Amino acid sequence: MTIHEYQLSQLDYLEAEAVHVFREVAAELERPVLLFSGGKDSIVMLRLAEKAFWPAPMPFPVMHVDTGHNFPEVLEFRDRRVAELGVNLVVASVPEAIERGLVAEEPNGSRNRIQTPVLLDAVEKHRFTALFGGARRDEEKARAKERVFSFRDEFGQWDPKNQRPELWNLYNGRIHLGESIRVFPLSNWTELDVWHYIRREEIAVPSIYYAHDREVFERDGMLFANNEFCRPREGETTFVAKVRYRTVGDASLTAAVKSDADTVEKVIDEIAATRLTERGATRGDDRVSEAAMEDRKKEGYF
Amino acid sequence: MDLLRFATAGSVDDGKSTLIGRLLFDSKAIFTDQLESVERTSRQRGDEYTDLSLLTDGLRAEREQGITIDVAYRYFATPRRKFIIADTPGHIQYTRNMVTGASTADLAIVLVDARKGMVEQSRRHAFLVSLLRVPHLVLAVNKMDLVGWSQEVFESIEREFSSFATKLEVPDLTVVPISALHGDNIVSRSPNMPWYEGPSLLHHLEHVHIASDRNLVDVRFPVQYVIRPQSLQHSDYRAYAGQVAGGVLKPGDEVMVLPSGFTTRIAAIDTADGPVAEAFAPMSVTVRLEDEIDVSRGDLICRPHNRPAVAQDIDAMVCWMADTPLVPGQKLAVKHTTRSARALVKELQYRLDVNSLHRDDTATQLGLNDIGRVRLRTTVPLLADEYRRNRQTGGFILVDESTNRTVGAGMITSAG
Ligand SMILES: Nc1nc2c(ncn2[C@@H]2O[C@H](COP(=O)(O)OP(=O)(O)O)[C@@H](O)[C@H]2O)c(=O)[nH]1
Repeated sequence: MTIHEYQLSQLDYLEAEAVHVFREVAAELERPVLLFSGGKDSIVMLRLAEKAFWPAPMPFPVMHVDTGHNFPEVLEFRDRRVAELGVNLVVASVPEAIERGLVAEEPNGSRNRIQTPVLLDAVEKHRFTALFGGARRDEEKARAKERVFSFRDEFGQWDPKNQRPELWNLYNGRIHLGESIRVFPLSNWTELDVWHYIRREEIAVPSIYYAHDREVFERDGMLFANNEFCRPREGETTFVAKVRYRTVGDASLTAAVKSDADTVEKVIDEIAATRLTERGATRGDDRVSEAAMEDRKKEGYF
Repeated sequence: MDLLRFATAGSVDDGKSTLIGRLLFDSKAIFTDQLESVERTSRQRGDEYTDLSLLTDGLRAEREQGITIDVAYRYFATPRRKFIIADTPGHIQYTRNMVTGASTADLAIVLVDARKGMVEQSRRHAFLVSLLRVPHLVLAVNKMDLVGWSQEVFESIEREFSSFATKLEVPDLTVVPISALHGDNIVSRSPNMPWYEGPSLLHHLEHVHIASDRNLVDVRFPVQYVIRPQSLQHSDYRAYAGQVAGGVLKPGDEVMVLPSGFTTRIAAIDTADGPVAEAFAPMSVTVRLEDEIDVSRGDLICRPHNRPAVAQDIDAMVCWMADTPLVPGQKLAVKHTTRSARALVKELQYRLDVNSLHRDDTATQLGLNDIGRVRLRTTVPLLADEYRRNRQTGGFILVDESTNRTVGAGMITSAG
């Protein structure tokens, strides 16, 4: 930051805004929780939460909605980070919810849709009133209209046509019993901002974000890892390629991209030059239809 | 690299979506998959050209109805700056959306169609920009290709708009002739309009000086959160977290805490990355004071000889955002900086016609998207500045206490 100019750099601005949001929620809402998946956005979010309350510990637990379809590197990372911070981890488990009959496995094996009831169930059980999510407005069209404080009714539903206007840095966190607020401190960040911040803050992320050799096969023009959740079908052959992940979601649905970027600097260069959005390049789930994300959000998804 | 937030406004079909699409496209913020999806939709609809405006229609209802419903935020960057666009739709809820988008904007672009010149809506847009005290205004005269790139047409619109803008105290006005469709004067100067000597639109966005727009004179630090680790390592630590709303804070400064009026000095300004020598808006920091005094959320730290008003009687311009009207006698919740209070609407002084700027002092209520001057009486004092002096300590929101919806935005004109 150039102090004599009294002008913040873009990263300092975004950090100051996110820290403000964290503190506002902690001051006004009773039972917040931070959604922590081990993905890069939630890792950055966790760092910002840590900063917001320093030197005190962050005053809320973290929660992982565990689809059971995990990359082992990401789970290890999650557990290590939680232990370092000494925060409480709540796991809302989809496999466990299938077992007790809360949700049923979808025919195609995707757990994207059924994780929403599992999330809502955990919110109800723990009586969480505010949920921090790492979603960014640049990710997807429906998200571009999302508020920083996104009101959800007692069914966790988002009503895009009835959102609360958001002015200046004044957020309205008032709710009735049973209702909740989804809070998006990274709303104004882009994928590139996230990586610039990871570099500046020297934040560790799971190894799968960097280029590595992996056995993959091609489907719908995307590269999927050959793992227990995702096997090649007939006619699909596996091969070893140098890849990395741009997003980390359900391991049965998230594709890798060909890449030589094995350092933060190279990842930044690669993203600056790429011509595909991170979701378009890697997410089978969002390709289903133009409004897939909007529909899932209305049902209570992040 | 720094950051510029801007809002765009224009009447329907002036070319706002085309302009935004063009800025995103030319700065390579549009990705192949987004473009392909737009091309696909355009083809399905039977458009003759790829409609870049589809890039900005986010929700299904918007795509189906071909209209934009809500403010959307878009991002692009050049090597000099990162930009956040608040894209405010022109069809429904216009005033509400534009007020929302303008509240955080450093700059606003108002578009007019060169063939039509200034219309009633352009006046309204310029007025809202000035009401929200957006420091920089750009008038983009679009579709210059359709008026033969005419200097006379441009200059007559420029004259008319400039004379209107002086009435509004617009601090910084720049007028640019463009063709959003063909890209003239967007990224680089257009060979079609050699008579125009000003910057291209993007050049202006990249270079406009914003560092001195924020108030650096009046120290204002609304206390947001009290930090008390209560751990062995930091057992005596007690500090006040918040986002600086004005002025420059330094360790050693003598300060006063409002509303109590206690004075002390700043012992240190902490961040998780270590102490800093000064803090200014909009930094989020943690302030430690030399004396142990009782300070809590909603209090404000300032300098003893430069304080905001400590006031329960508040006059403000209010933009009403709810279907049910604002009427005198009504009670509402107020959120002002980090302070919450209840307020009684004592009086509606007038309603403003945003097109003619005429003040109707016979008005008895404010309807959806109306703007008027209102007197409020609050249950506890607000620590308030005039909005024209400080957008952070002069702005507030009104919330309906039964539905919890945000129903109004206020800009303080005087507090006593
Ligand atoms: N000839 C010409 N047409 C334009 C220009 N800018 C926009 N248009 C056209 O004007 C129409 C309305 O534009 P659009 O961007 O959708 O307007 P909006 O309603 O303000 O978002 C479209 O048919 C555009 O192609 C321009 O600079 N020149």
